[in-house]
Amino acid sequence: MLDVRGVTKSWGTGEARQQVLRGVDLTLAAGQSLALTGESGSGKSTLLHLIAGLDHADTGSITVAGQEMTQLDDAARAALRRGTVGVIFQQFNLIPSLNVADNIAFQARLAGRADPALTDSLIQRLGLQNHTAKYPEQLSGGQQQRVAIGRTLAARPALVLADEPTGNLDEDTGERVLDLMLELVGESGTALLMVTHSMRLAGRLGARLHLERGRIAA
Amino acid sequence: MAALLSHWRRRPFQLLTLLLGLATATALWSGVQAINAEARSSYDRAASALGPTPRATITGPDGTALDEAAFVALRRAGWLVTPLVEGTMATAQGPLRVLGIDPFTLPGADLPDQTGETAFDLSFLGPDGPLIVAPETAARLAGADLPRLIVLPGVAPGLAYGDIPVAQRLLDRQGRLDRFILLDNQPRNRTPLAEVVPGAVLNPPAPGNDMAGLTDSFHLNLTAFGLLSFAVGLFIVRGAIGLAFEQRRPVFRTLRALGLPARTLLALLLAELLVLALVAGAAGIALGYLIASALIPDVAATLRGLYGASVEGTLSIRPIWWLSGLGIAVLGTGLAAVSSLWQVARLPLLAPAQPRAWARASEAALVWQGAAALGLAALSGGLILFGSGLIAAFVMLGALLVAASLALPLVLYGAMWLGGRMARGPLAQWFWADTRQQLPGLSLALMALLLALAANIGVGTMVSSFRLTFTGWLDQRLASELYVTAETPEQAQAMLTWLEPRVQAILPIWNIDADLAGRPGEIYGVADHPTYRDNWPLIEAVPEVWDKIAAGDGVLVNEQLARRADLWPGSVIDLPGGGAPVLGVYSDYGNPLGQVLMGLAPMVARFPEVERLRFGLRVAPDAVAKLSADLVNDFGLAPANLIDQRSIKAFSLQVFERTFTVSRALNVLTLSVAGFAILTSLLTLAAMRLPQLAPVWALGVARGGLARLELLRALVLAALTMICALPVGLMLAWVLLAVINVEAFGWRLPLYLFPGDWAVLAALSLVAAGAAALLPALRIARMPPARLLGVFAHER
Repeated sequence: MLDVRGVTKSWGTGEARQQVLRGVDLTLAAGQSLALTGESGSGKSTLLHLIAGLDHADTGSITVAGQEMTQLDDAARAALRRGTVGVIFQQFNLIPSLNVADNIAFQARLAGRADPALTDSLIQRLGLQNHTAKYPEQLSGGQQQRVAIGRTLAARPALVLADEPTGNLDEDTGERVLDLMLELVGESGTALLMVTHSMRLAGRLGARLHLERGRIAA
Repeated sequence: MAALLSHWRRRPFQLLTLLLGLATATALWSGVQAINAEARSSYDRAASALGPTPRATITGPDGTALDEAAFVALRRAGWLVTPLVEGTMATAQGPLRVLGIDPFTLPGADLPDQTGETAFDLSFLGPDGPLIVAPETAARLAGADLPRLIVLPGVAPGLAYGDIPVAQRLLDRQGRLDRFILLDNQPRNRTPLAEVVPGAVLNPPAPGNDMAGLTDSFHLNLTAFGLLSFAVGLFIVRGAIGLAFEQRRPVFRTLRALGLPARTLLALLLAELLVLALVAGAAGIALGYLIASALIPDVAATLRGLYGASVEGTLSIRPIWWLSGLGIAVLGTGLAAVSSLWQVARLPLLAPAQPRAWARASEAALVWQGAAALGLAALSGGLILFGSGLIAAFVMLGALLVAASLALPLVLYGAMWLGGRMARGPLAQWFWADTRQQLPGLSLALMALLLALAANIGVGTMVSSFRLTFTGWLDQRLASELYVTAETPEQAQAMLTWLEPRVQAILPIWNIDADLAGRPGEIYGVADHPTYRDNWPLIEAVPEVWDKIAAGDGVLVNEQLARRADLWPGSVIDLPGGGAPVLGVYSDYGNPLGQVLMGLAPMVARFPEVERLRFGLRVAPDAVAKLSADLVNDFGLAPANLIDQRSIKAFSLQVFERTFTVSRALNVLTLSVAGFAILTSLLTLAAMRLPQLAPVWALGVARGGLARLELLRALVLAALTMICALPVGLMLAWVLLAVINVEAFGWRLPLYLFPGDWAVLAALSLVAAGAAALLPALRIARMPPARLLGVFAHER
């Protein structure tokens, strides 16, 4: 499902140039889950963004569902994000102008895979049935993150990328959200790559990789 | 202060927007004021050309000139009079009104400024003496074939004082004096006038040509336009200030939390706004001067063509104008900032940061806006039904425009909601929902666009309707192919005999000046001829009106007289020699005077002294040139005494076009300001759009697609605004044609629709909105992913 080979990425130019990723390799098969841990600034989020096609790697290759990311133009990468990859952000990044129901259905409809029954079921299981008409700014952080998870899973992506999905939530809420996410991902047979700096949360996934100064350490 | 000002350092474009908006608003307002002030000063100087108050005069019968001997006789008989020769001469540099005066008998105090002292000088006297003119007139006349010019400020523009012999020579009136002015303190035992100069007439003091009153409507019109442009400019300022205050809200809160008193914070913000207002105001005044300088030649031409007012096409700088320009800039800034300052004054210290508070507050304000729009629409409707007068008409217009602009966000909000409901795809749904959410940030610019478009449609429809009516009316009124004026009654008689077998009809056009319903007017006599029966533009008439006119059963009156004095068929009008029934009303565009039309025979019977020199000739159009040449050759008629129909029409249309040049120019400027408002709003909002766009991009919509949607959004909003502007513009046109024209000029014009013009305007507004949205859209299309990713890394 996912094959990352020798990926490097740096920010800035000249003396201010900062090497963020220094040749990262990883693979992830369908239905597997992998935690990517590391200190702040180790390059976890950058790697996730490169895999999602949100940015370009300087060198190396990233293959998602058989498509080599470096060969794709902007529109093709957007199509890949739309149809194959689902991203859950730490900051939720819901669409402020759409209500909860529309936010959850948005990516699925965009991918041409709208399934009202699945959407309704996700809304029920995420406990959002009383909030469907609300707008993101009217929700708590936990509720917003549940909407973000619902939005990703409603589109039935082959690969879910989660960037510290509970990082903005308190411990209890974070636990509950993660339980739900793992349960839903497990049911759908989707591959999951989750970035976290919490060893405890990482331990709940099938495998773990530690990123240190832009390299896989273990 | 440093913390507050750092905002502008970090956002120079926002600062530029604010300054440009304010400068443009001030420029358009102060430019119009400068034009008005210049014109009014000209009227004042013209009105006091011969003293501040009108005096009685002595003339020959029917206002004709007298011999110089009459002056000597009058002075010897004890009459304290001063002679006057007056007339307008043509120069290569335009017309010049010449006033021949006698400095020995005319009190120097009656002349403006130093003119009296200058004239009472030996070098002024004699046939080779100089002319005294105003500086701007001297500049215009440079190179003209005229006597030496003495330049004195204070002289009315377009006027030249000269000694009597100089004026007589220039006006070709040797030995003739146009009138004598009666001076104050006349001796009691004077010989009666009839014995001194038999036939001379003592005319009571005539009220001066009240140019200021006559042109009030024109200046009010300009002021309304200036105010509209100022309002459009203020929308930009309001948008920029609102955004700047919103973005600085966290800084205000921090400063307050650190112990800065609210009063000090407000004082600092006020000082900042004052400095910005003064800087932008000064730039605006300079820009306004340029605009006024560019427009004033056309304004002068309009005032000359429409009212006969003499205004030089140059602009003088007045300190009061500078001060009022700065004043209006400060006042405008204050108006635009008052709600933002109020919000700062009420800023709760512990409230969490709410980046979208501004937008949400604006959405909540929609309800209030709707209520205010309804109230103003009701006021406007009430004024249509019950109001009267020019001021009421302009208040009605203002209320209508403000109501429409306040209602616009509400209408757009509804349209976006409807669009969202009807949308099928997720992107379309997001597009409508996102556009609706953007409305608060764009509504001020869109309101400005609505005002500009409505003004454009309204004024355009008015001008085009006027042109259509006017050209049709010219065709009706100028039915004769050639108009000829004989120089003497004998020549007229000889010409008539000669013309009889050569033309299809000879239509006498004889007229006298008379007081009609208390104001100066004219009475015309017309022959009973199919030319009038078939062509005359009657608005209302009794049956068989032309038979009755020919029989002397009554008269026709022009529309302006009918409306002013409420004279309609069935009324009786007071005329010299007795009242006459009004049998009909005809349209008479462009004529500031009341006019009465009666049969030729009844007119001659009533006014036997009428001058019988003018005739309209019905002749085949291709025979006009030969007939004109024959009249010049056989009768020695000056070419100026022959006017063919085509020339009059061309001249009338030329006057018409110049009349509306200023309106059109201001229209274009207002539309440009609105376009600028949209550009600045879109550019300013572009920076705030990332949190809305980044998630959609992350979910799989390419940057190019987002950019296209941004462009489409601007086009949709501009198109919807144009659709809303159409009924508002037509309403504006109706008010201008049916209310303001009647109040200002005394005639009502029919409203015609010009869908072709609307299509052009719609295309223009779409191009303007597209051009304004292009830069922000290109920015999105080319935005580095890192910037979009930044949204995911930072708290919104």
